[in-house]
Amino acid sequence: MTSTLLNAQNISLAIDGKQILQNITLQIDENQIVTLIGPNGAGKTSLVKLVLGLSKPSAGSVSLRKNLRIGYMPQRLHVDNSMPISVQKFLQLAVRAKPELIEQVLSEVKASHLLHSQIHSLSGGELQRVLLARALIQEPELLVLDEPVQGVDINGQAELYTLISSIRDKHQCGILMVSHDLHLVMSATDEVICLNQHVCCHGHPEQVSNDPAYLELFGKQQAASLAVYAHHHNHSHSLDGEVIDPDHDQGHADDHNHEGPKHG
Amino acid sequence: MIITMKGLSMADFVLRALAAGLLVALITGPLGCFVVWRRMAYFGDTLAHSALLGISFGLLMDINLQFAVILACLAIALLLVQMESRHHLATDTILGILAHSSLAFGLVILSFTDVNIDLMSYLFGDLLTASNQDLIWISTGVGAALLVLVLSWNKLLTITLHQELAQVEGLPVGKIRLLLMLLIATVIALSMKVVGILLITSLMIIPPASARGFSNSPEKMAILASLIGCLAVCGGLLASFYLDTPSGPSIVVSAAVLFMISSSLNKK
Repeated sequence: MTSTLLNAQNISLAIDGKQILQNITLQIDENQIVTLIGPNGAGKTSLVKLVLGLSKPSAGSVSLRKNLRIGYMPQRLHVDNSMPISVQKFLQLAVRAKPELIEQVLSEVKASHLLHSQIHSLSGGELQRVLLARALIQEPELLVLDEPVQGVDINGQAELYTLISSIRDKHQCGILMVSHDLHLVMSATDEVICLNQHVCCHGHPEQVSNDPAYLELFGKQQAASLAVYAHHHNHSHSLDGEVIDPDHDQGHADDHNHEGPKHG
Repeated sequence: MIITMKGLSMADFVLRALAAGLLVALITGPLGCFVVWRRMAYFGDTLAHSALLGISFGLLMDINLQFAVILACLAIALLLVQMESRHHLATDTILGILAHSSLAFGLVILSFTDVNIDLMSYLFGDLLTASNQDLIWISTGVGAALLVLVLSWNKLLTITLHQELAQVEGLPVGKIRLLLMLLIATVIALSMKVVGILLITSLMIIPPASARGFSNSPEKMAILASLIGCLAVCGGLLASFYLDTPSGPSIVVSAAVLFMISSSLNKK
């Protein structure tokens, strides 16, 4: 029995007359990982802020399940060098923090050894884990992660995505994640939404990576490298034989074939 | 007999000056940490400059001067927020416009009042003339500000670390920021007597900056900043007493010396 955590209907956002987001519909269920991908300036972070209630849409509505507990991992944490602060204190500042909970979430993100480290001494990957731990302190039903692997090397990225999947499995929470690399995020996500002010295409990752709208968007914006990646991944994926729900897949695929050419 | 009386009253004014200075240093240290962490040094300076506008309005309308200063600082802070959202100018440009025009407005308005005031004492402080009444006002104000600061300490830290994260976690970010401005305005009004309008920010910035290298937590830095501020007040008053130098600038000079010592100790 799944229940819907978040439902955004036809939301648009314009700032100073400039259209940032147009007519976006988005739904996140319990135990579901939804990934937003898109080029820089596509409005991914703006959409995240609307979902979190940090800004209001110019049109449309965002409705959350009643009393929904949200854990938020911001894109980056910039602590001014002048502020001395340990990981422990940083986690204690979380609104719902309790000592046992801090230990628990740190071990969950495999960062227990960092408890007494200064925030400034952490590497990119360590800082992301600490931020993820902070989000988990909320005991979230919906986890919102804005570019969780930013500033992390390729191996670390794969590890973080594995960690994120395991968090979903353990807590059965819904996850909304922003990424600009479909290649790495593919195995860790149930649904991909390809965003460029409007929803270009959406569906299971394999579907999206073949969608003409996706290929054109990324082909145009990020040259051939990503398209090669996507192709490569698609290929290795079929060799892996990962479990996909074929029926569900098919439903979306039809959608795309209709939508794709219009956008492309 | 007369000599002893004089000796006693002299000890009295020095003690009052010392008490007022130490009280103010207690709050400027921890509050100054936020000014440093949030990179608000120039903002603090702008509010301090606008204090003179408050004084001139206070004299013109015959209301309590400290209260007038707090009001003027808050008005300028709100004006800043307004201007930031309306103009396409960098914040430091807007701060510069506000700082200098409010100081200049203050001076021009002062010339319309027929009150004869000692401008230098407002600009650079006049700790040695602190009265018992000043002391009561300063101790009440510092006590209240410290209480508010301690009670809202963690909230202020949280919004300083990441404002949007704080908001998602359910903190009323707007109110907490307003509280911080109110605290800064109050402390400016309180420390005017000690170092004067033009030097106030130094008391908020130099002690925390000196404390940074010796601290591994925000709390340690705040407490250490308080202690360093107190040390600076003692040193400045001693110099002022024995070398007959102006008290406000002497305090700032002694804070600067402490900063230099602390940074040389911290060179690794």
